[in-house]
Amino acid sequence: MQASEQLVNQGRAPLPGGQDGMANEGADTVSAAEAKRPALPVVKTGADLLCSLLVEAGVDVIFGYPGGAVLPVYDALFSAPIRHILTRHEQGAVHAAQGYARVTGRPGIVLATSGPGATNLVTGIADAYMDSTPLIVLTGQVATASIGTDAFQEADIVGITTPITKHNYQVRHIEDLPQIVADAFHIATTGRPGPVLIDLPKDVTGGPAARVGLPDPSPLGYRVPTGPDEAAVDAMAAAIAGARRPLLYIGGGIVSSGAAERLRAFARQTRIPVASTLMGLGAFPNDDPLFVGMLGMHGKYAANQAITHCDLLIAFGVRFDDRVTGKLERFSPHSRKIHVDIDQAELGKNVAVEIAVAADVSLAIEALAKRELQPDTAEWIAQINGWHADWPLDAKRGASVLKPQTVIDLLAELTGRAAIVTTDVGQHQMWTALFYPWRAPRQLVTSGGLGTMGYGFPAALGAQVALPDRTVVCVAGDASFQMNIQELQTVMENDLPVKVAIINNGFLGMVRQWQQFFYDKRYAHSRISSPDFVKVAEAFGALGLRARTPQEAEQVIRQALSYDGPVVMDFVVEEEENVFPMVPAGKGTDEMLLDWEEA
Amino acid sequence: MERTMSVLVNDRPGVLARIAGLFSRRGFNIASITVGSSERAECSRMTIVTSGDDRTARQIEAQLLKLIDVLEVEDISAERIVSRELALIKVDTTRETRLEISHILEPFRVAIVDVAHSSITVEVTGDTEKVDALIGLLRPFGVTQIARTGVTAMVRSQTV
Ligand SMILES: Cc1ncc(C[n+]2csc(CCOP(=O)(O)OP(=O)(O)O)c2C)c(N)n1
Ligand SMILES: [Mg+2]
Repeated sequence: MQASEQLVNQGRAPLPGGQDGMANEGADTVSAAEAKRPALPVVKTGADLLCSLLVEAGVDVIFGYPGGAVLPVYDALFSAPIRHILTRHEQGAVHAAQGYARVTGRPGIVLATSGPGATNLVTGIADAYMDSTPLIVLTGQVATASIGTDAFQEADIVGITTPITKHNYQVRHIEDLPQIVADAFHIATTGRPGPVLIDLPKDVTGGPAARVGLPDPSPLGYRVPTGPDEAAVDAMAAAIAGARRPLLYIGGGIVSSGAAERLRAFARQTRIPVASTLMGLGAFPNDDPLFVGMLGMHGKYAANQAITHCDLLIAFGVRFDDRVTGKLERFSPHSRKIHVDIDQAELGKNVAVEIAVAADVSLAIEALAKRELQPDTAEWIAQINGWHADWPLDAKRGASVLKPQTVIDLLAELTGRAAIVTTDVGQHQMWTALFYPWRAPRQLVTSGGLGTMGYGFPAALGAQVALPDRTVVCVAGDASFQMNIQELQTVMENDLPVKVAIINNGFLGMVRQWQQFFYDKRYAHSRISSPDFVKVAEAFGALGLRARTPQEAEQVIRQALSYDGPVVMDFVVEEEENVFPMVPAGKGTDEMLLDWEEA
Repeated sequence: MERTMSVLVNDRPGVLARIAGLFSRRGFNIASITVGSSERAECSRMTIVTSGDDRTARQIEAQLLKLIDVLEVEDISAERIVSRELALIKVDTTRETRLEISHILEPFRVAIVDVAHSSITVEVTGDTEKVDALIGLLRPFGVTQIARTGVTAMVRSQTV
């Protein structure tokens, strides 16, 4: 099983990120900052050493919240050349770090105190683990002598986060810190990225230390697959050459491996249509005629038909998530399947595949491109275009009531399709995914695997910190926004001109939709009231705007985009609008509901 | 199908918890797990007896390898292996049963490690079947306590 793997324990891998597309525009600023790396801080304590190592690792910003057990670290940060963003809740800090990581590809850094500070991070850590987002999570811990005594603010955060981190550490001795920091960055950012937590007892950070440089990473037992071997490339090439109805099924792995450019060239060269998961959106431009659309529970009609009827499914950087596959027995029943993923454990986990390749998907595409494959896909593309014509997505503009889809449509148009967009979780997330025409990887920042309400706004904050010159829009739900609304103060304090667009339907819309379809319209506790969001914005010192019609929506968006500061837009939309298509739970991808009458 | 996996891990605090957690979280079954030092100073070897079809076994292997502290995983079920466990068994005895019990014990090559007025404790080593068999034979006399180590195993070397 290890034959194709290489033990990676020598040489520091470069931090990934910003390889393709629009993220580059912002990433330039990041690499510029990296070029003139600040002088290392004076080291007297363990905490000073930590800061020195972080600076060496390229850290420019930490999202955090202080408390007793991290006081030594905060004391070191007082004079360290690292920016610190004080959020108003630790959950805000971790989601902000996720936003930072998702738009740059560089690890987001989070710092919190022991006990409640650390446990407040748990949702974000789980979210980052599911969506393969690189994070370095630093938590304070009670002094080593008190560990295990139920001391004040003690929580076993290493135990709690073991199943939701790629790896975690507790630093028992200061001598171990340099290697742990080096390994943590290496593990978080290579292979399938993910969160790594370092728990820091107060006596270790508060105790004496001398400067040690950042060593090379050497995590014993950590392996990362590299390119595919020749036999695997041969097998994939033969399958592709012989296919009549091949479909590329792409996901977040394309984004994290920086393979978007190669994928584009490969799809165009082979004329194989491309369908994407939620996490893959942007990796292939939506306006390319080969783009079939998003797959899955709320995927496009044509995409779900295509995955049902293809004869070769080429799964690149995906994990056959249940939101994509629907009922497994009905999933893509006529296809042979190729699966390339850097995480060996994903191969064959949910769906048996004929050709399973543990490899960096970018290198796999590069190797396949050299084979100059030309399957005959003309008829297949015509069939897909027929499905597009049968059930196109319709933004339903022009109505006098404001439709949520219209808001997304207007946002896309008025941001020139170039905004960084974050979302919360619910109907508005699906409308954003479906209606915003994605152009570049790392343009959409959304909680896919965990589906965390309250993710969008702090993620937007973090994205804006990383890319200060980009337009960052958070499409929020009226309910989701209330989960981390406190971060309004953080954006004000740090002059982060994030634009929040609340799709205000007065409901936990996605919950209500399920209740409408499957619980006989018994809307148990899915009606939700909200404060006056315009007044809330104003109370924080942000600009608050409201729109109830398409005309007002257009004006409001224009005004928000030209305003130099944070804006909260309250879009009062049609309350009981539903997201279509919809594959009900337990159904096959071809058993989509297309409108309410059918449901 | 029963599977035996030999797993080389970094000898660090918390490794056993990571592995046990992975099995329970992903619904893999553990029949037994043993840990002890290995041929490498900084590493321990675990022998895990589990069950599942080929796909499950591959998933267990891949999930184990994903843990940073796991260095090697070998599914040795299909190999010629030596597998052993040790058990301590405490049996009630009376003047009448003592002789009969010692007849039963003879072919098992056990060590009698403790003798008291009304009980003896025997130590048996062997594969799981042998230990099961002995326990089965002793039960009618009144087995009051059993402590088994669980299986540890190794692939046999090629003889020729
Ligand atoms: C933290 C969390 N709690 C509960 C849920 C379950 N859930 C999924 S969507 C949803 C409703 C979201 O409402 P809103 O933010 O207003 O979005 P809408 O669906 O109305 O667009 C809920 C409660 C969740 N995803 N996350
Ligand atoms: Mg809502």
